[in-house]
Amino acid sequence: MDRINNNEKKRFYTVFKIVATILMICLAASLIICMFDMPRLFSEEHPGENVVAERYIESGIEETGAVNFVAGMILDYRAFDTFGESNVLFAATICVMVLLLGHKPSDRSEHETVPRTVKNDVILKTIAKFAVPFILMFGIYVILNGHLSPGGGFSGGAIVGSGFILAAVSFGFDRMEKFLNKKSAGIITFVSLLVYCLAKSYSFFTGANHLESGIPLGTPGAILSSGLILILNICVGFVVACTMYSFFSLMRRGKI
Amino acid sequence: MFEQIYNHFNDIVAALLFVIGFSNLLFQKNLIKKIIGLNIMDVAIYLLLASQGFIRGRIAPILTDGSESAVTYINPIPSGLVLTGIVVSVSVTALMLSMTIRLYRKYRTLDLDEILMKIRQEREEED
Repeated sequence: MDRINNNEKKRFYTVFKIVATILMICLAASLIICMFDMPRLFSEEHPGENVVAERYIESGIEETGAVNFVAGMILDYRAFDTFGESNVLFAATICVMVLLLGHKPSDRSEHETVPRTVKNDVILKTIAKFAVPFILMFGIYVILNGHLSPGGGFSGGAIVGSGFILAAVSFGFDRMEKFLNKKSAGIITFVSLLVYCLAKSYSFFTGANHLESGIPLGTPGAILSSGLILILNICVGFVVACTMYSFFSLMRRGKI
Repeated sequence: MFEQIYNHFNDIVAALLFVIGFSNLLFQKNLIKKIIGLNIMDVAIYLLLASQGFIRGRIAPILTDGSESAVTYINPIPSGLVLTGIVVSVSVTALMLSMTIRLYRKYRTLDLDEILMKIRQEREEED
């Protein structure tokens, strides 16, 4: 019985491999043929280079006050898109929590390595002591300068989150838990999303009704400029940092 | 022919990366390798989008030297779309990895065939 099953399995895999290879070759060929019909790359006649991009660049500074046009685009003209992205991250954290939270250690299999606590690793601890403050500082710099230079909430939040992960790995999760646990991470994420939602709803409401929003744009290039973009960048940075750390913590030990 | 390939070089590399990722999804039996394949497909899409927005001789869309004319800067829209793609891909990868952890805890293996065999055995035992 088993041998017949094995033979069937083998035959199935031979057929599967042949069919899949043919399918992949067809897919590659059709994609490459389609790519020849795409507009010519890097040229100025590219159809994506239309009035929308022109408008974002030519009146971006007047309307948003952001020197970084991409930040002005994603956090002012298309702010609801970015709000949706932050909510996607929040929803992903909740799903990972549902899947991994509340698993007793007895559920872990014996093959799985017990999470080692690196308590006496001198090299890691010494390096982390120097590196973590600078990583956090650089992350905060990237968040706060999102409207002036490359970067912004997402990249800066990822840097801050990886700084948290390094701190947790080298000094132990117990010390991180003092200020970043399930409760505080939830509160930070919730408050950030709420501030984002309220601030941007207000500005969209006044904008749609042609009212004065009363949000000062400031001089472009100054750190306190460009209206809501700085606040929204900080909110997004908080959400991303908490999400990064909670992904790592949940996968490593099953709780935040 | 060669000129056409030269003109569409990034597009073709993106298509090949996409196919490589897709065949990883089909041929690998290890769940982690399947997730890596999906991430390679994501990278192909980023490459395609980012190269659509770039224009030779122009600079990144950050105000430089006070020039506010659209011919100085590349198209900022694909950059924003790539950002959206990266966020979604991070979320999906985290979700898939945590599901893989749950499957491993239950069936003690990452091989998809073995997991399916064990599920079938469980069903037969139930009946």
